[in-house]
Amino acid sequence: MTAGDTGPDRKLDPIEAVSPPSSPPTLGRGSRVLGNRAVLGSSASTILFFGFIAVVATMAPGSEIVRQRFFSWFHLKQSFLGTGGTPSVAEAFLLNVEIFTISEMLILILALVIAIVRGMPGPAFFPFRVVAVAYTDLFRGVPLILVLYVIGFGIPGLGLRFFSYLSDVTYGIVALVLVYSAYVAEVYRAGIESVPESQNAAARSLGLTRWQALRFVILPQAVRRVIPPLLNDFIGLQKDTALVSVLGSIEAARAAQIYGAAQFNYASYVVAALLFVLITIPLARFTDRLIARDKRRRQAGAIA
Amino acid sequence: MKSNRVPLVVEDVQKAFGANEVLKGISLSVNRHEVVCLIGASGSGKSTLLRCINLIEPIDSGRIVVEGEEITAEGVNVNRIRQRIGIVFQSFNLFPHMTVLQNITLAPRQALRIDGKNAQERALGLLERFGLLDKKHEYPDRLSGGQQQRVAIVRSLAMKPDIMLLDEVTSALDPELVAEVLNAIKELAEEGMTMLVATHEMSFARDIASRVCFLDAGKILEQGPPEQIFKSPEHPRTRQFLQRIIAAGRL
Repeated sequence: MTAGDTGPDRKLDPIEAVSPPSSPPTLGRGSRVLGNRAVLGSSASTILFFGFIAVVATMAPGSEIVRQRFFSWFHLKQSFLGTGGTPSVAEAFLLNVEIFTISEMLILILALVIAIVRGMPGPAFFPFRVVAVAYTDLFRGVPLILVLYVIGFGIPGLGLRFFSYLSDVTYGIVALVLVYSAYVAEVYRAGIESVPESQNAAARSLGLTRWQALRFVILPQAVRRVIPPLLNDFIGLQKDTALVSVLGSIEAARAAQIYGAAQFNYASYVVAALLFVLITIPLARFTDRLIARDKRRRQAGAIA
Repeated sequence: MKSNRVPLVVEDVQKAFGANEVLKGISLSVNRHEVVCLIGASGSGKSTLLRCINLIEPIDSGRIVVEGEEITAEGVNVNRIRQRIGIVFQSFNLFPHMTVLQNITLAPRQALRIDGKNAQERALGLLERFGLLDKKHEYPDRLSGGQQQRVAIVRSLAMKPDIMLLDEVTSALDPELVAEVLNAIKELAEEGMTMLVATHEMSFARDIASRVCFLDAGKILEQGPPEQIFKSPEHPRTRQFLQRIIAAGRL
């Protein structure tokens, strides 16, 4: 029901996600390469395709009711701006933005630490590796909503001096960071392992320490390789901020629900959905561009 | 006095990968300003020997002494040792995310703690010597194989090593790029750099080596000045190896 139905459970396997996509994104570039006939053909098929959907949607018996319930201009506008009795979905969405901005920064750091700890060699680090493995196993396995409940209701229940009196949003961020760091740590790890061992050998043979080799040679290359899957995870995170509403925070999805319950109209959900889409599209295009750039660079390297 | 010490002594070094004995008791010493070439078929142990000297591979028995210090002893700081032994690999292994200049200055700055300005000056001087000054801001991807390998040599030299190990540095290059790299090494030899060079380039070995060692199945079968090894090898295996090389047109 909330916008966060695509939980992290459906994430790509990080190893799989690191490998380049089979077909490059050619959005907006196809027409330049296509001939006139091809342009005609693609226009015709586009019109046919969307025309068919429009016809089916308008011919459905409940079409009129659905239009009123979901797409009434009046309700779209009113839920966006808010009324005296119901919160503005747009304003509530700012909370989502706040939650994922803070979470993303914390996740980037915590996940990197976990990935590095998991890669530390030697018997001395064995207990640390065990903790890192246990962490990723646990938080990738437990559904986000359960982690939210445990953190959001459990920690206040403990009656600790400071930690039990934080805001719902804070507990929500903690839960998101815990779960997503487990995923992102695996993405980092896949990146670290994709850097050839010869790079490490070259760095060490110059007299760099293990840490220096990691810091200056391995990690910069690893991070570059995992930026696309990393951003992919962050798109998932942006949507999952809606789940924080289960702790009582009024973010966009919850504001939409309040409006829907008060006005018996679901246009508010459409507004919330559009806001989420609007904010993920730039990130998705940015990811595409990074993938394309990476590919170009590698090809340039192959020619040289 | 440092100058009185032998730069490299290898004593009865053995190394096995599982059941596969790669080095079966190698003893060898390299004197100052000497260029020792290791020749032998693939799998004879040349690369493994170099990797053991650089402590990339731990040895099973024997010892290796660099400038009077036993580097295979327990508790030796491997990072400090490696700073004094330069190694250049067959596959260049430049850092692809760094420019040529960054590749060269990284280790002097981080491992030797030389400040940025001095490290850069040293790097630029070396690049100029090797005809690469105009490439200082290029990324490795944009360089030819020969240029990349010369940058790799410069990267090692920037650490001012006591000895350089070269591991078949021209094997991954197109034939027309081999000469530029060999010339760079020849220059180093003329300047008196102490070097241990594993190579398949026999005419190169004949030109620059003060001594040639023929390795076969993890042992040094024969060693001596190049004229002796190439003109009148004593051991039948050496003769056989050289005949094959001549048949392949590489000498």
